[in-house]
Amino acid sequence: MYYKLPKIDYYRPKTLDEAIRLLREIDNSRVIAGGTDLLVDMKTSRVRVRALVDISSIPDLRGIEDLGRTIRIGAATRLQELIESNVVSQNLPLLKAAVESMGSWQIRNMATIGGNLCNASPAADTAPPLLAYDAEFVVIGSEGLRVIPSTKFFVGYRKTALNPCEILKEILVKKSEWSGWSYVKLGRRGGFTLSVVAVAVLAKVIDGVVYDVRIALNSVAPVPIRAYKAEEVVRGKRVSWSLIEEAANTVAGEVTPIDDVRSTSWYRREMSYQLAKDALAKALGVA
Amino acid sequence: MRVNFTLNGNRVEVDVEPNEILLDTLRLRLGVKSVKRGCERGECGACTVLVNGKPAVSCLLLTVQVDGSEITTVEGLYSDHLFGELVEEFSKNFAVQCGYCTPAMLLTAYAFLNEALRKLLKPSKEDIVKAIEGNLCRCGTYPRVVRAITEVLERKLGKYG
Repeated sequence: MYYKLPKIDYYRPKTLDEAIRLLREIDNSRVIAGGTDLLVDMKTSRVRVRALVDISSIPDLRGIEDLGRTIRIGAATRLQELIESNVVSQNLPLLKAAVESMGSWQIRNMATIGGNLCNASPAADTAPPLLAYDAEFVVIGSEGLRVIPSTKFFVGYRKTALNPCEILKEILVKKSEWSGWSYVKLGRRGGFTLSVVAVAVLAKVIDGVVYDVRIALNSVAPVPIRAYKAEEVVRGKRVSWSLIEEAANTVAGEVTPIDDVRSTSWYRREMSYQLAKDALAKALGVA
Repeated sequence: MRVNFTLNGNRVEVDVEPNEILLDTLRLRLGVKSVKRGCERGECGACTVLVNGKPAVSCLLLTVQVDGSEITTVEGLYSDHLFGELVEEFSKNFAVQCGYCTPAMLLTAYAFLNEALRKLLKPSKEDIVKAIEGNLCRCGTYPRVVRAITEVLERKLGKYG
């Protein structure tokens, strides 16, 4: 046995109220859902906790629903459930593509969308699509519910806007007609890989003019980001190769990547440019 | 904590500390040795088990988390017809070298076949490769594993072009 998990207490509340009470009352307690990130972090002593509150069987946190104008995704929904959902494939194909690139089948059967977001890794693959869709995150604490825009959720390296005793409850995405989308991810290998850089693009092109565009990236900053300046470059313009080139250059200027085990800052910036070009070309319908 | 689950069709009850992972419960308490210890951090897939029919890595599951679940390992599939055909194709195609990844590889392949046959949808070659991406084989038997799975599928759902 190479790893040993430290001694912990374990609770499996049946309701959200009970979960929030446990988090408030027990010092150094933490939410566990899929556990695919948290247990590795505990095994390697990156995270030290005394108690785990397992929220994976709370019914309010599960499920994918089409609410008419909005799609609702419960935070404890497993990644594989997203891939297999008709609601997701019909309305959020960009999210589906990103989730398909995550982990392995085993990991996707365990890991949850909320866990990926709350772990707040700069490389989180569910983040760029949700940033691009301008999703809203509903969180719940002892004071009740509040809504955090996805663009305000990631506040620093592995830090979210959640207060210590709050739980991410669900993700809301407003339906919108996009003419194109793309998720272009570069990893160190072909499958079961973390991103070196990934670019998500949503575009609304009408008669060759970009009516709206959203560009989001991971692994190029302390948090997953939107490339607002590059979006401004493209918005309202006629689609062309030179426009794509200019926007991709702007993306490369907006990113602030670092050197780490997976890549170097220089390479990530280069790849931000290349991947942004590919992603824009596909989403704008020129490739 | 007392935990109840079904292991290969039999009900079991164990009394474990919350920090015990399912891999250890299976190997050290229940003597299920087909479930292999590999990286212990969800990367290699050698410790794969089926939880309610779906592959999951037992190194990243606390035993307390599987309370009420159905756990399947290859020991529970000896008399399963589809599993038998799969094992036969694995051996015919020499889809095994050292064998360390094999029980887990078989479980993932079995779950994949079951799903394909239930939906009556013929998966593409890419789907097969994607399904086993979480099972690392350091001997590199992947092409043979893919061939073995393909041959079971061909027998059930018709030839690949």
